[in-house]
Amino acid sequence: MTTVANPEYAIDVRGLNKRFGEKHVVRDVSLRVRRGEIFGFLGPNGSGKTTTIRMVCGLLKPDAGSGTCLGHDIVREREAIKRKVGYMTQRFSFWEDLSIAENLDFVARMYEIPHRKEAVRHAIDTLGLASRARQLAGTLSGGWKQRMALAACMLHQPSLLLLDEPTAGVDPRARRDFWDELQSLAAQGISVLVSTHYMDEAVRCHKLAYIAYGKLLAQGSADEVIASQRLSTWAIHGERLSALQEELRSRPGVEQTVTFGDALHVSGTDAGLLEGTVRAAAGVDGRSCEPVETSLEDVFIYLMGKTPDNSGGTA
Amino acid sequence: MRRPHTGSKTGFSPMRWWSMVLKEFTQLKRDRLTFAMIVGIPIMQTALFGYAINTNPKHLDTAIISADSTDITRSFIAAMQNSSYFKMVGTLPNEAAGREALARGKVLFVVNIPAGFTRQLLRGERPALLIEADATDPTATGSALAAVSGIAQSVIDREIAGPLSNLHGSPAPFSVRVHQLYNPDNITQYFVVPGLTGMVLTLTMVLMTGLAITRERERGTMENLLAMPATPLEVMTGKLVPYIGIGLIQATIILLAARYVFRVPFFGNIGAVYLSALLFIAANLTVGITFSSLARNQLQAVQLGIFFFLPNIMLSGFMFPFKGMPGWAQALGNLLPLTYFLRLIRGILLKGNGWTDSWPNVWPMMVFTVVLMLVASITYRKTLD
Repeated sequence: MTTVANPEYAIDVRGLNKRFGEKHVVRDVSLRVRRGEIFGFLGPNGSGKTTTIRMVCGLLKPDAGSGTCLGHDIVREREAIKRKVGYMTQRFSFWEDLSIAENLDFVARMYEIPHRKEAVRHAIDTLGLASRARQLAGTLSGGWKQRMALAACMLHQPSLLLLDEPTAGVDPRARRDFWDELQSLAAQGISVLVSTHYMDEAVRCHKLAYIAYGKLLAQGSADEVIASQRLSTWAIHGERLSALQEELRSRPGVEQTVTFGDALHVSGTDAGLLEGTVRAAAGVDGRSCEPVETSLEDVFIYLMGKTPDNSGGTA
Repeated sequence: MRRPHTGSKTGFSPMRWWSMVLKEFTQLKRDRLTFAMIVGIPIMQTALFGYAINTNPKHLDTAIISADSTDITRSFIAAMQNSSYFKMVGTLPNEAAGREALARGKVLFVVNIPAGFTRQLLRGERPALLIEADATDPTATGSALAAVSGIAQSVIDREIAGPLSNLHGSPAPFSVRVHQLYNPDNITQYFVVPGLTGMVLTLTMVLMTGLAITRERERGTMENLLAMPATPLEVMTGKLVPYIGIGLIQATIILLAARYVFRVPFFGNIGAVYLSALLFIAANLTVGITFSSLARNQLQAVQLGIFFFLPNIMLSGFMFPFKGMPGWAQALGNLLPLTYFLRLIRGILLKGNGWTDSWPNVWPMMVFTVVLMLVASITYRKTLD
């Protein structure tokens, strides 16, 4: 099957499948990422995010499925993809016994970047690494490591960034700076596929996809993802909420209960049934309740709970 | 709130101690290679030291140049065989052929019976037999040579009897001259120090390359390398080049020490020594790469290295006479590149061997390198996907 590249999409893959022995890690995943878009990739640990990203950038060969990445076939033109894509691995994968400058210089040589020294100096300056350029990467804190990794991924001026949980273990301020940087890159027309567990990051993405147990469960903008699950949600305030939570779990119409600070969110797909249950339960002990908009987090927790608790085997 | 039930915080708690013991056992059980080492090393060492190693080697290969075949000379040869130190493996036409067989290490001794030996003996001219020995390894030949005078005496006692009795007396009716070639003063260092080059190269090359590649995988940097445009060939060969340089530096250090500290004679071509070292380094690097693709982490790479290193010390002829080992041990030793490298470097330095003498030890190393390169490339490809 030949795939015709659509210039509108940086990533356009259909029906990706990957098995590792018995484990079916990725099942029929189709993704479309527009150029200049920040595309968030969400899902629990071990859901197949990393494997999907590796297939998109040509590190792994899919067992089934096809598609293009930056117009190149993901099976046949893996080398071409590697040259145009910046891939940041989940774990820090640069050389800890090299300094920032040495790591960047190595990467620049690997990509045979013209005017290497200037390119490295430019990368160091843009990401504000100058003060630490001579420090060994192994002695950097999480935030600095991740900035260095981003600088290394950007050296060969890729038009697509694949970032696998880039902000895991990074403090909130460094995370915010990192996302500001991503947004300015996207504004320059660079496409970004980023996997994350953080809701505040998910809401900053233009598009989202939610994957669990290898299957894509929802895809679209944040609003579309929320709407697709048809959940109504009520917030209950008051005393003894954890006892109430236990009680409500088995009541008709209640599919999910989540505590957010001092509020208990109760969600269900049958709005009428849910309202009756919530009003009856909240009426006592001076508790109050009100309908609220279903948040992205409500939806993700709902999606996570909907799927069977295994990562392979039976579908 | 639950209270801790041990009284003192700092004292020795049997409970904590036992939990430490249990945890260690559980982890040991999971580590198959460590387990294999726990069992394998004592078995291997016992087999090698118990059966393979022999510092009083017997049945050493001996050739005869016989220009005089009579009852007396045959009796002498038979007595040599009976001493169990010598094993007659054939006859050679002349002295040049004898020297060649010694140079190539085909035989350790050449017995030269000159023409007219028996006639001179009967005339009372008190002739001499000549035994030439490859004395590069004094341990290998020492006991056998020590037995020679006893052998000669027993032949005299048996054969010089009856009407010949008048030949008895001093000096003896015939004598045996022993000519120790290559290392006439029996200096052990001449033998050991050049061999050390091979030992050190085996240890460092196998371990360092084994670790270098496993380290990339263990630290996660391999994934990064693979995501970059570099090809496996570029990654592999690029990683290996520095170790070739390191190997040559090590060889140089030992050779300098051999020359200027231990005064080992350098009869052969030093260029040939370095060429042999390069080939030997290549052979060991392929072992290192193979180990690195088999090992899942750096510890396993080290363990595999030790597994490989032990038979290398024992069976290569580095420490113990190769010819003194039983056939199965020699066969195993012949699978190791170190065995050939030791013969090569000792042959070149001590015997002044040239290309034709060296070739029989060069091609096995080449075959070894090519075969392991194939093994390594097959196992390496598997680790990509």
